[in-house]
Amino acid sequence: MSAANQTTVARSTLSIRDLLNEATIALTARPARTIMTALGTVLGVAALVATLGLAKTAGSQIVSRFNELEATQVTVKPPRDRGNARNRQVNVIPWDAGDRLERLNGVVAAGTKSDVDVGGVFARSVPVVDPLGQTEFQIPVIAVSPGLFDAVRAELSTGRTFDEGHNARGDAVAVLGPGAARRLNLSRVGNSPAIFLGEESLAVVGILRDVSRQPDLLNAIIVPNGYAAERMGLVAPTEVLIEVDIGAAELIGTQAAIALAPNQPDQLRVSLPPSPARVRSSVQSDVNSLFLILGGVSLLVGAIGIANVTLVSVLERTGEIGLRRALGASRRHIATQFLFESAALGALAGLLGTSLGILTVVAVSITKEWSPVLDPWLPFAAPVLGALIGLLAGTYPAWKASATEPIAALRSGG
Amino acid sequence: MSNLPPVVELIDVSRSFPGTPPVEALQPTNLRINKGDYVAIVGPSGSGKSTLLHILGLLDYPTDGTYFLDGIDTSHLSEPERAGVRSVGIGFVFQSFHLLNHRTALENVMLAEIYRPGGQSERRERSVAALQQVGLGHRVDAFPTTLSGGEKQRVAVARALVGKPSLLLADEPTGNLDSVTSAQILDMFDDLHALGITLAVITHDDDVSGRAERRVAIRDGVLSEYAGTDEVWA
Repeated sequence: MSAANQTTVARSTLSIRDLLNEATIALTARPARTIMTALGTVLGVAALVATLGLAKTAGSQIVSRFNELEATQVTVKPPRDRGNARNRQVNVIPWDAGDRLERLNGVVAAGTKSDVDVGGVFARSVPVVDPLGQTEFQIPVIAVSPGLFDAVRAELSTGRTFDEGHNARGDAVAVLGPGAARRLNLSRVGNSPAIFLGEESLAVVGILRDVSRQPDLLNAIIVPNGYAAERMGLVAPTEVLIEVDIGAAELIGTQAAIALAPNQPDQLRVSLPPSPARVRSSVQSDVNSLFLILGGVSLLVGAIGIANVTLVSVLERTGEIGLRRALGASRRHIATQFLFESAALGALAGLLGTSLGILTVVAVSITKEWSPVLDPWLPFAAPVLGALIGLLAGTYPAWKASATEPIAALRSGG
Repeated sequence: MSNLPPVVELIDVSRSFPGTPPVEALQPTNLRINKGDYVAIVGPSGSGKSTLLHILGLLDYPTDGTYFLDGIDTSHLSEPERAGVRSVGIGFVFQSFHLLNHRTALENVMLAEIYRPGGQSERRERSVAALQQVGLGHRVDAFPTTLSGGEKQRVAVARALVGKPSLLLADEPTGNLDSVTSAQILDMFDDLHALGITLAVITHDDDVSGRAERRVAIRDGVLSEYAGTDEVWA
């Protein structure tokens, strides 16, 4: 009579699609509340993403600044009121600055470089007047010590550079930058062609191809210090350029000032490359620790917010829980649904927070003129973190919901 | 009757709640509801009819005895299996409707099928058909807040019917409705009975129980068949 043919009973199910649908409806039913619930997590994730993004951005900024050329360059200039200094004859960079500095351990090459005021004199390569074309140009003249060619890593296209002998004798020789050579229509120096600066003639001994530093040399007529001092009224070098070994910049910076002006070394202006270690550490310690703590606290607050509101919503939805149980939901289905809702909320918050964080990184980068750099995994990991927080926050409410007795739940009205 | 097993068969089912002394909410009870029956279970509040409803609806476990639903011995089922039987075998109609306010009538009806095992294609079509069956084919996209009490209960009935359950279990279905609307719902129950649907209506209202073809009285946890008037057990 009573069916002994006990068949296996199909359990109730809940498909992923339905779960997703239920969560969507639950989260969109009260959008304002959903947003408020998620706000803490949004801010937390945003703070974390912005922190990590800014640290990465600043770090990359340091790396891009740290190029080998800059790191090995030290320049020394006289005090700013150079005009007065010239009159008072104090703190003048000595003519033999290059020699003095090259004796220091850590200096690869050193030389002086001075812009020469030629008073608007034109330069030309042939002493003829060609009515059909321009043959005279105003070309800047730069006086250097022979060591500067090494200090700027000059490459010659043809010929040679002048040496200490030319310098000492004040020979009328010149090396042309490629731009200057092109304008003066010179490409070979085999027979030492002459150029004229006003009425003064100079023998061209070499033409540069390129320099790694001081690109103004490329368009200049470069003459020895000795010649400039004797014939052009140059009183003292205006700049010393030093190429140092990597890592020696700071040491040479202090020593160079003493070597050049033993009486008043602190009056010379020494430019050093930025110290990468110092910048990096300050950026990272400032940005990272503070904001990571802030982000962590926000996340904690966010998780508590989600847990709190989800718990309230479980109590509010007691009737719904009872109904679902009556319709065939098992305890597990109820728990899964609430967990999924809070995880989805967390993931949404994470997504929103990630966007906010990236926007922050971009905004800060714009104001600081940095290139924003982000770890590629960050935009993917952050929403996952949000989902995990939602999952964690939803655990207790979901358990509470699944423990609700359907009878009591249905009695609560609906 | 046919060779089919009865839809409901209670054999010495009892339910007591622990306490000092324990509350015997339901004395050992035998009840049989065959396919197509329209049974009213009548009793005043505190009589144990809610307990019986919860046991019949697999929302509560009997302390003792055996409950066969569609020939399945439910006393040995796990909780997920009971949930599965619930989703397929029983359609609930509640006094307070239990509709979800943020969903349309159609979505409320469709909710009945998301936990149901097996194929779920054409869920929407079946739900629309169920709403048409209760006369709400024109209000499928209405939200419960815009529906009258009678319409809400119709949606709830449609939700209970959509999976063609073995048993439609109604708990004071007209408790929140006025007499005119109540009569409409009861007319609908008559129609469903005529279609061969098995109905069990739990009520304290004689107007409601009077419409059933069979009445079962419950008082102080004791169940008794009766066909007469109140005096029988007053």
